[in-house]
Amino acid sequence: MTDKKALFEFKDIHVRVEGKEVVSGVSLSIKAGETHAIMGPNGSGKSSLSNALMGHPAYEITRGEIYLDGNNLLEMRADERSRAGLFLAFQYPLAIPGVTVANFLRTALQAHRGKEADMSDFRKLLKSEMKALSIDEVFATRYLNDGFSGGEKKRIEILQMAILNPKMAVLDETDSGLDIDALKTVSTGINRYHNDANAILLVTHYQRMLNYVKPDFVHVMMSGKIVKSGGPEIALKLEDLGYEWVEEEVNHRAGV
Amino acid sequence: MSESLDKQKKDLSQLNNDYATKYGFHDPVDYFHRGAKGLSHELVEMISRLKNEPQWMSDIRHRALDVYLSKPMPQWANTKMLSEIDYNDIYYFMKPVGENSTDWNDVPEYIKKTFDRLGIPEAEQKFLGGVTAQYESEVVYHSMKEDLQKQGIIFLGMDDGLREHEDIVKKFFGTVIPMTDNKFAALNTCVWSGGSFIYVPPGIEVKVPLQAYFRINAENMGQFERTLIIADKGSRVHYIEGCTAPVYSTDSLHSAVVEVIALEDAYIRYTTIQNWSHNIFNLVTKRATAYKNATIEWVDGNLGSRLSMKYPCIQLVGEGAKGEILSVAFAGQDQHQDTGAKVIHAAPNTSSRVTSKSISKDNGRASYRGLAKVHKHAVNSKISVECDALLIGKNARSDTYPTMEIDCEQVRVEHEARVSKVAEEQLYYLTSRGLTEDDARLLIVNGFMEPFTKELPLEYAVELNRLIELEMEGSVG
Repeated sequence: MTDKKALFEFKDIHVRVEGKEVVSGVSLSIKAGETHAIMGPNGSGKSSLSNALMGHPAYEITRGEIYLDGNNLLEMRADERSRAGLFLAFQYPLAIPGVTVANFLRTALQAHRGKEADMSDFRKLLKSEMKALSIDEVFATRYLNDGFSGGEKKRIEILQMAILNPKMAVLDETDSGLDIDALKTVSTGINRYHNDANAILLVTHYQRMLNYVKPDFVHVMMSGKIVKSGGPEIALKLEDLGYEWVEEEVNHRAGV
Repeated sequence: MSESLDKQKKDLSQLNNDYATKYGFHDPVDYFHRGAKGLSHELVEMISRLKNEPQWMSDIRHRALDVYLSKPMPQWANTKMLSEIDYNDIYYFMKPVGENSTDWNDVPEYIKKTFDRLGIPEAEQKFLGGVTAQYESEVVYHSMKEDLQKQGIIFLGMDDGLREHEDIVKKFFGTVIPMTDNKFAALNTCVWSGGSFIYVPPGIEVKVPLQAYFRINAENMGQFERTLIIADKGSRVHYIEGCTAPVYSTDSLHSAVVEVIALEDAYIRYTTIQNWSHNIFNLVTKRATAYKNATIEWVDGNLGSRLSMKYPCIQLVGEGAKGEILSVAFAGQDQHQDTGAKVIHAAPNTSSRVTSKSISKDNGRASYRGLAKVHKHAVNSKISVECDALLIGKNARSDTYPTMEIDCEQVRVEHEARVSKVAEEQLYYLTSRGLTEDDARLLIVNGFMEPFTKELPLEYAVELNRLIELEMEGSVG
């Protein structure tokens, strides 16, 4: 495993939003087949990092590098990063009234393939993926996220991931707003997508999703920096003790 | 969606080219009859004589000219743009060489080519029950499926309608929109030419849409078609009209009058997609009267033109009558779409619903101007008005001018107005799925229009989406 090249790698990322630095030098290297988790309290900069990696125009990367499968993403727009194989499941997916889930997914798939998706193949794909995520078929003809519950939106995010089949999926607080059954279904969907050729970065406040989507590595983020990295045991410790012990450790190291 | 539909959609979308090559061409034409520029009683007389009309119609024309001359220009909407029209520099009547034909082969070659390029005969073969094609002032082609004819359905150009069914025309002409209604209604009444005449006998359902296509070819041309639709008791009909004009540097005027009458228990849907070039002044009066338990639906799409002033109206005069007005307007660079809807409840238990959608882009301006009126005795009436405006870019403008005149207490009125922008967050969301920003914006706009588009026959929906795509090209978010 150790000599395998990184699939997704970012180095020394600094992010500025509305003139304020919210991420201050974060680096991570993720190999194909791996699952990483970034955990951190609210306001630690983990969502900002996710959006900056995806290319949100309001999240300016002032310093750092991002590579996906050897491609430099930094100069790419969000749509180019997507087509290069990066995916971000949104914490708060937006509603697009009048655009059906099916139409949207087909348009997105077309954008990725550069050609029109065959209608019957597409319908088969959509049907099977929806079934796997326990999404009722009527959602195909409903307008994207328009009037969807929090849990429905999250399922649709994972459906998009399953259809677009990205190399690298960043999942931003996908567990929030899900009840236990929905959490299990969504986790099953994520595990179904995951294979040796792709990788997952879970961004989350809580440990509970990690019971179902097992991370190989856990990183703790605080005040815009990764302050601790290790195995899944960190997540369990966070679950028991909260974030305070990490904070103390950091302060101790800093000699405060 | 079924696969065959999808394929059909694809085929149809490939029929289309951009506006300039598809609609923007014009024919070098020698006109057989062309009045002098400007308006006069002599011109009105010439039109009437050429058409060999009954005296009563000729009298109406002359009276209407006097009404037109005596009325001032509207002092509302966009008075600045209205003042750009030079009424003395307009040809009010033009008749191309050749007669109205029922055989496509008899239509003069250049006109045939025009309508071929516009896809009219193809559309006719595909799904229509009948077609009328008007070129400048005159109807040049007309056809109707035989079985419809056998059922007693009348679908003619307005001039033929007057010739062949004078009694019906005389009974209804100008009863919904009198010449004194407004200056442009008077103008239309004095120089009207062409348009559609439809009569559906009692109890007959016209199962396929009837269609007319209006085309302005000449420069400085005024087109004044007159349409009269009567659905007799318990009958049903869907009429569709589409309009285009080539691109010229000088302005042309389109001023139609459309009168629609649904007698007891009848149903009429009137669908228009107007796609004028950007120098047309489109000043149209459309009004419908619905009798007891009758239903009228206006489906009205306004693209192109320099200035459109159009407020489809429904008068609900019989108990239980229903009206629905669904409209969409697209205002791009230097355009003003001043459109809206009027509903007048004059009988008990009547209901109406207005859904107006507008898109303003660049410095374009879309205004909703509406009237909801309920007479004193129109108890238990229901009105719902929903205006939805979408702005694209910093300079786009949208206004809403709703007027409510409610003289009845037992009535339910709902009014909702929303203005939204294409949000950066929506664009980011869609681009994060691989769509370019242009495609993302187009998808949002198409979604916004969806409640309208889904009411159109498939061919028109595809065409409309394609036109919107063209209008959206090179837009600056």
